[in-house]
Amino acid sequence: MRELSCAEAIREALRQEMERDERVFIIGEDVGVYGGAFGVTLGLVEEFGEERVIDTPISELGIAGAITGAALTGMRPVGEIMFMDFVTLAAEQLVNQAAKIGFMFGGKAKVPFVLRTPAGSGTGAAAQHSQSLENWFVHVPGLKVVMPSTPRDAKGLLIASIRDDNPVIFVEHKLLYRTKGPVPEKPYTIPLGSAEVKREGRDVTIVATSIMVKRSLEAAEQLAQMGIEAEVVDPRTLKPLDEETIIRSVTKTGRALIVHEACRTGGYGGEVAAVIAGSEAFNYLEAPIIRLAGRDMPIPYNRQLEYHAVPQVENIVEAARQLVRGRAQGGH
Amino acid sequence: MPLSKADKRELLRQMYSIRAFEEKAEELYALAKVHGTMHLSIGMEASAVGSVAALRHDDLILSTHRGHGHCIAKGVDLNRMMAEFMGKETGYCRGRGGSMHIADIQGGNLGANGVVAGGIPIAVGVGLSLRMQKRAQIVLCFFGDGAANTGPFHEALNMAAIWRLPVVYVCENNQYAMSFPVRKAFAIHRISDRAAGYGMPGVTVDGNDVLAVYHAVGQAVRRARGGDGPALVENVTYRWSGHSKSDVDRYRTREEIDTWKAKCPIKRFRNVLIGEGVVTQEEADQIEKEAYATVDAAVEFAEASPEPDLTAIEEGVYC
Repeated sequence: MRELSCAEAIREALRQEMERDERVFIIGEDVGVYGGAFGVTLGLVEEFGEERVIDTPISELGIAGAITGAALTGMRPVGEIMFMDFVTLAAEQLVNQAAKIGFMFGGKAKVPFVLRTPAGSGTGAAAQHSQSLENWFVHVPGLKVVMPSTPRDAKGLLIASIRDDNPVIFVEHKLLYRTKGPVPEKPYTIPLGSAEVKREGRDVTIVATSIMVKRSLEAAEQLAQMGIEAEVVDPRTLKPLDEETIIRSVTKTGRALIVHEACRTGGYGGEVAAVIAGSEAFNYLEAPIIRLAGRDMPIPYNRQLEYHAVPQVENIVEAARQLVRGRAQGGH
Repeated sequence: MPLSKADKRELLRQMYSIRAFEEKAEELYALAKVHGTMHLSIGMEASAVGSVAALRHDDLILSTHRGHGHCIAKGVDLNRMMAEFMGKETGYCRGRGGSMHIADIQGGNLGANGVVAGGIPIAVGVGLSLRMQKRAQIVLCFFGDGAANTGPFHEALNMAAIWRLPVVYVCENNQYAMSFPVRKAFAIHRISDRAAGYGMPGVTVDGNDVLAVYHAVGQAVRRARGGDGPALVENVTYRWSGHSKSDVDRYRTREEIDTWKAKCPIKRFRNVLIGEGVVTQEEADQIEKEAYATVDAAVEFAEASPEPDLTAIEEGVYC
């Protein structure tokens, strides 16, 4: 199969959905000739025109309001917020308006939009351009939250998100934009709420999101050299969450390591840990559930400090090794 | 467009209907038959009625927390509106929204809003959507003087203007943002002056004169529908009641309130119509009486309506 980068896969999803459905349009800062800050929408304005690829002033709340109002009246907009940090500026419309309109109007209205936004550190952009704020939105009923980790998933999940009747926050990782992988050419959907086992293993379950899936798979290779077979589960959508796949995996392996880039306290790992602890998998646990997450701190500028602020491959290897070695010491 | 005699009688009927609804709302609150809070627009009826009268039936509105008047002017079923106010399953939002979130999507009311300025950016999206779908409708977005000092006002009016969207922004300047008076909150005399900064026309009218409001908003509506972009109309008016139920009027005087009560928009329009021979004294009394009777019937309907079913508590969170 041909390979695409994540950015190319997202662009292809946008193009195919815009060809299929004239209600779909793109709106955001510098999404036109500039192609978006990370080049994701490059070329689309030439193909679909300024009427459907709309550059905006620097008005994040305005963008969020525009997609809310357009979705409320029959369109299926895809908004872009240039950095996830700036969703703070758009939060009122997302949290108080879009998320609640369906419910508060008695189920008689819907707001089918997608808000794409790049998150994550590793680019040297420091504290105000590197955050992973996905859990803010997980906590808001009415919103769905999607975090792809591969080009194939990015395309299928984005098409599913565009066709979904609810507002979807689609969180992309900057460092994944150039990652390549096989992507089917024809349009396809990956249902929201379906996790995927990215690698099978019997010794430990690693539940990882976004770029941490890639790092966990690398870690799993190294762990295999040590005789530890890690199973890597990617939830792909944080809300709704496919609890069953996670529970089934942990029931099999008896060990759970949860890895995400966002700060640990109040992060998604706590939710996953609670899901595992509250399920039948609890009876199969042979060790405590471990969370490996970003430190509770802003992302620093200095390269070394930035690197050590969030989980890296070696941290995942070490955490998984300790988790499994604990079982060996326990007499198994 | 000149209004026919029948049109004028209809405007008077709507104004009485709003007054009757809100007086009843206050009474129901005092009797503890509703919970939560509410924001009354008594004294501001001309602003709601005159603005909506300038729209076509299929045009859209975005309303505010003080939205009973907008809702009624848009041609609501009072039974279902009262049922929503009382939290009943038969209400417009099945009792999930209440006073601050009444919406009648089919009737073109895209919703009241609990957040000051919440609807202003949504209007940009609605305008964009109408134009992209080549629909001949426009959207009228109500907001208060307080909203004109928020960030969303700036972002949204600029966006509506640069894209020449079919939006009419109507600022109901009722003199106070909760307790903060317009004279302290603005360094300008007319909120509509801000329109110039966005490159759209702005006009200030006597918001207690329903015909003045109708003509000013009508001009903005024709412009928007004609593809010439948005405009800002400021209706200068006054709310007789407090901001909400917690307000004990510490920030204004009895004299001030009485001065404005003397400028009652309903009495004023009624006298105009009697003077013009559009209605007789008796006919006006009859319109008023019927408005109150309709509201009483709505209360009966709402009280007889079922509460929402607990088993459906999470319905509508997701489609």
